[in-house]
Amino acid sequence: MFVELGHFALILALAVALVQASIPLIGAQKGWRNWMAVAEPAASAQFLLLALSFAALTYAFVTSDFSLRLVVLNSHTAKPMLYKIAGTWGNHEGSMLLWVLILSAFGAAVAWFGRDLPAGLRARVLSVQAMIGAAFLGFIIFTSNPFLRVADPPFNGQGLNPLLQDPGLAFHPPFLYLGYVGLSMAYSFAVAALIEGRVDAAWARWVRPWTLAAWLFLTIGIALGSWWAYYELGWGGFWFWDPVENASFMPWLVATALLHSAIVVEKREVLKAWTILLAIIAFGFSLSGTFIVRSGVLTSVHAFATDPARGLYVLAIFAFFMGGALTLFAARAGAMEARGVFAPVSRESALLLNNILLAVAAFVVFVGTIWPLVAEMAFGRKLSVGAPFFNIAFPPFMIAIAILLPIGALLPWKRGQLGRVLYKLRGALALAIAFALLAYAVQTGRSNLGPIGLALGTWVLAGTATDLWQRTGRGAGIANRLKRFLRLPRADWGRGFAHGGLGIVIIGITGLLAWQIEDIRVAREGEPFIVGDYEITLDEVRKVQGPNYISTMATMTARRDGEVVAVLHPEKRVYPVEAMPTTEADIDNGIWRDLYLVIGDRQEGGGWAVRTYVKPFANWIWGGAILMALGGLLSLSDRRYRVAAGATRRRKRRIAANAAPAE
Amino acid sequence: MLRALALILALLAALPALAVQPDEVLDDPALEARARALSQELRCVVCRGENIDESNAGIARDIRLLLRERLKAGDSDQQVLDFMVERYGEYVLMRPTAKGANLLLWIAGPVMLLLALFLAFGYIRARSRASEREAAAALSPEEAKRLEELLGD
Repeated sequence: MFVELGHFALILALAVALVQASIPLIGAQKGWRNWMAVAEPAASAQFLLLALSFAALTYAFVTSDFSLRLVVLNSHTAKPMLYKIAGTWGNHEGSMLLWVLILSAFGAAVAWFGRDLPAGLRARVLSVQAMIGAAFLGFIIFTSNPFLRVADPPFNGQGLNPLLQDPGLAFHPPFLYLGYVGLSMAYSFAVAALIEGRVDAAWARWVRPWTLAAWLFLTIGIALGSWWAYYELGWGGFWFWDPVENASFMPWLVATALLHSAIVVEKREVLKAWTILLAIIAFGFSLSGTFIVRSGVLTSVHAFATDPARGLYVLAIFAFFMGGALTLFAARAGAMEARGVFAPVSRESALLLNNILLAVAAFVVFVGTIWPLVAEMAFGRKLSVGAPFFNIAFPPFMIAIAILLPIGALLPWKRGQLGRVLYKLRGALALAIAFALLAYAVQTGRSNLGPIGLALGTWVLAGTATDLWQRTGRGAGIANRLKRFLRLPRADWGRGFAHGGLGIVIIGITGLLAWQIEDIRVAREGEPFIVGDYEITLDEVRKVQGPNYISTMATMTARRDGEVVAVLHPEKRVYPVEAMPTTEADIDNGIWRDLYLVIGDRQEGGGWAVRTYVKPFANWIWGGAILMALGGLLSLSDRRYRVAAGATRRRKRRIAANAAPAE
Repeated sequence: MLRALALILALLAALPALAVQPDEVLDDPALEARARALSQELRCVVCRGENIDESNAGIARDIRLLLRERLKAGDSDQQVLDFMVERYGEYVLMRPTAKGANLLLWIAGPVMLLLALFLAFGYIRARSRASEREAAAALSPEEAKRLEELLGD
């Protein structure tokens, strides 16, 4: 019964979205206040209806209601509760429902907290937001309805892919979706601004928090996915340049560019048209990301053939929102003239360079991701574009960004002097070179990747510290500056954390790639072997029964200089319902290295296949990502946004006060 | 219950091998290092975007063993790759060649970067000229001349 209610709520939400998409927009064009006012209650209603609908679907999963087709296909009574809940969005239909739920939540947030926005802009933003909502709701109801029943409910379901039964992956999609959908706000603001034909500093200030929020969720989502791949797939890879990963990485790159260009619009009123374009492209990548992951379009052209309705609908949505926005952009971009002026050496130029590098990097990933599709359709060549391509084509952009970042961050607005900035950075440069030389001297006969990465990471880290320290002014005495340092605005700390996080990620990735030790062997129980500085013993292997799997669990002891460092239990699991095995590596986490153990098959001549990895700096990758997200959070909480909001409120009140007698 | 147990045992027995197996590893470390590097360049043709080094699939193991045989027979890296392409098609290469239309893939990034830099250069010049113009407009001709002298341009 509750499930039926959810279904009705879903259909009702579509009706509400259609109203919200049209009435406020017409109202804004005509200047009818009461029509514009429809947007707010509609946004709230849409959110509540979708929340009810999603709750109903979750309820069906939790109670294992096998009269629902979706539950039969994706759940099982033996599954732990966490994965029953996560199963709600662990499939195409449910994930789409989660997507629109988040979309409507963002819309409701604008309705509830965006009271300081000009009425026309708010009505238009909410209307564009509802158009996206309506398109997706239509897609769900007509091609991917999660509430379809089966005529003869089976006794049990078919389970969830065991690889997905993992805490890291349970929360990976919601975060990604929060990011994707957050970018829809930037898109809605961009389209609303294009309709109004006006982009100014205030607009940038309103857009930036949404972009920041989206970026920070995307960062967390991508980091979670990468962390999951690292510990779950059994050999500690953290990034594969798989189309699905690229689909989430491209919006991140563009969102990063957008964050930076929105600052330029806010502070200097230049790069307006470019910022609008970035907002549109960012959401375009979000849309394609959402669809690619669930429809499998990029893995093969045949995904369209097997399900033409879905494929066509997806293409239609994409064409409508991208085509519409870009047409509007072409018509209106000319109206957005730049105000600010700046010299070639200035922070404006540096941020423009940052945008170019990020956008072209995203373009490279895009071309590499769709190339197999293009080659097959246009040239009849069946080929692969894998990690080796991206590992050549992508890093140059990141290296350039890392080199330029500290310089750009220290350049003043309008006009700067390169010499002066470089002089301030002399300490950072010396430190970076010193670390590189040290690493080069310590390592013997390994690639130069390690020292170079360490130098770049140190340069970014030390450069960021210099940046923050410079913000305290000069000549005030160390004690005073320290005091000021701690009282720097949160936006500065946010920048510091985000940039520093990038430096740490760079060190993590290069350190892991350059200095990893791998050992593959047959280990006999009780016979120790040496890997790097560690002596490892396979103590025993036994069978263990899990809640919905059977495990072959090893007990292994790692010693260093005779002392026990860790006792680890790598596993191989079999999930009988899904008839699928998984490897569960066991990892001894550390700041300087991870010890990563994997158990394989029993060998014919006795003993077990065992893989051992020492992975230096592995946790710096995710630690850096957490710092970056934290930077986003700090920046988001800066009082600049709250003060700005207050200022508009005061201004509006004043205008209202002035206007009153005249009427 | 017994049947379930039998099923489970059958499943356990049918477990796919785990990526690179100890028995595959070559004795000569230099040759093995080359084999591992080449493994990263070859796709497991039945998997979803995995190379043969990471893949657990049976065919990945077959290709890994074949690759090592070729290396032991004295093939160069390029010869091994050519051999694989002949056998499994261009699809097996994780790094596409730069031949024919693929050239587009390889030059797309650099060309786009140059184009973007060119456009940005024009934009920055326009913005800095605008500053000169505005500054000039606000100043009297003598002041403007003096300013230009000071700026040394």
